[in-house]
Amino acid sequence: MSRSVSRNRTARSAVLGLPVRRSAPRPLSSRSSSALRRRIVLGLLVLLALALITASFRESSDGPLHDAQGAVASALQPLEVAVERVARPFRDAYGWTKDLFGARSENEKLKAENELLQQQVIQNESALQQNVQLKRLLVYREGPSFPSDYDGVAAEVIARPASAFEQEIVVAAGSSDGVRVNAAVVTADGFVGTVTKVTSGAARVRLLTDESSAVSSVDLRTRASGVVVHGQSGDSLVLDRVSKKEVVHVGDEIVTAGWRANGLASLYPKGITIGRVSFVGGLSTDLWQQVLIESDVDFPALDSVFVLVPRRPQPELP
Amino acid sequence: MSVAESAIVAAIVFVAALLQVTVFATLDVAGGVADVLLLALLSIALLRGSVVGAAAGFFGGLLVDVMTLDTLGLTALLYSLAGYWAGRYGETTGRDRSHAPLLTVFVATIAIAYAGYGLHFLLGEELSARRALFETLLPTLVLSLALARPVFALCRSALDRPSFGERVTQVKLLG
Repeated sequence: MSRSVSRNRTARSAVLGLPVRRSAPRPLSSRSSSALRRRIVLGLLVLLALALITASFRESSDGPLHDAQGAVASALQPLEVAVERVARPFRDAYGWTKDLFGARSENEKLKAENELLQQQVIQNESALQQNVQLKRLLVYREGPSFPSDYDGVAAEVIARPASAFEQEIVVAAGSSDGVRVNAAVVTADGFVGTVTKVTSGAARVRLLTDESSAVSSVDLRTRASGVVVHGQSGDSLVLDRVSKKEVVHVGDEIVTAGWRANGLASLYPKGITIGRVSFVGGLSTDLWQQVLIESDVDFPALDSVFVLVPRRPQPELP
Repeated sequence: MSVAESAIVAAIVFVAALLQVTVFATLDVAGGVADVLLLALLSIALLRGSVVGAAAGFFGGLLVDVMTLDTLGLTALLYSLAGYWAGRYGETTGRDRSHAPLLTVFVATIAIAYAGYGLHFLLGEELSARRALFETLLPTLVLSLALARPVFALCRSALDRPSFGERVTQVKLLG
């Protein structure tokens, strides 16, 4: 038979058969006194903490509170050292693992940084080259060889031919800058080509190396005249239709002929350098001399050019 | 609370403060540091109520202030308030709820970060709000939440151990 257990005994005391009574439910007054005690304890602790903060903050570093703090800290120091020594191997292991992960992420970070710096170097070199080219263009525009009746609209090359068959570029200057179709495009190194299409902010330029280009030119020294056209290969140029009677020497400078008569003018101003004669020859059966020209213009690497805009409106050709 | 139980609480707080200052403060993960002392005193507060929580928080915080030579009373104030709140939560709605340790750690960690920043700001100390309240808070929170249950279990096993007077020496079978 099990013994009956009175209601006010805990389960444990009932099992153990201890004569311990369960505490009776607290009356309301007891609960409110407990709350009061709780609040008083918290209030005292908060006040004490605030007092400590104020005193510690206002006191000089050699005050009694700081001295006491230092004394307790010194007393605890051996314990701290001991714990630190015990924990050091674990901490070192943790640090080693962390560094391992850190090194991997740092490696990736440095790689990304390296790529960025390489890009910056390339950009800087590009800017440097562009700067040199622009300076040369400026010198050329201010120099005596620049056509006097024209203004040079400086334009950056913004697009290049999509294939090797097209010898055309797009420059960042258009009708809003005064650029018109057939305007001559030059650099400090010489003649580049002519404008074939214009929008308000850009112009398409057919290069001198294009198969459909033809520029009437003269030998600056001997005045032998001909037409500069595209050669057989690559960027080579040929001074075509030079009579065998005329004299042309290797090294002679070839410039645009240009002309002006009865208020009309050619598309290109005269005197713009095209290149230098690199070869003169021909068979006895040929009608014309074979004159090869080497241009100083680096057509594949053009960055900026001048589009020549006449200062006075040109009369329309009939 | 008996004297033995008070001694256990004091021991837990002391050891936690010592470990926090010497070991855990240096183990940062993604900029965050687990606050084992806070976890311990929140567990004590949940298990033993608001008064014990507030007292444990005060003395634990004071110990940290002393050992780190910080402004005295600063951590004590924060931890005593956190201990009191966790204790009240345990005494009222949080009792016997499995998520109580996680919830108290979550709330207390964020509240202490913001209140601590405010107090340091009031004392004229220059702190980076971005670092204190955003960059380090999230990893600290994650670490503290990860350690919340183990620390709570340790504290419960230490505090719920029967005292000598209550230890069973004889068993009487019923029936």
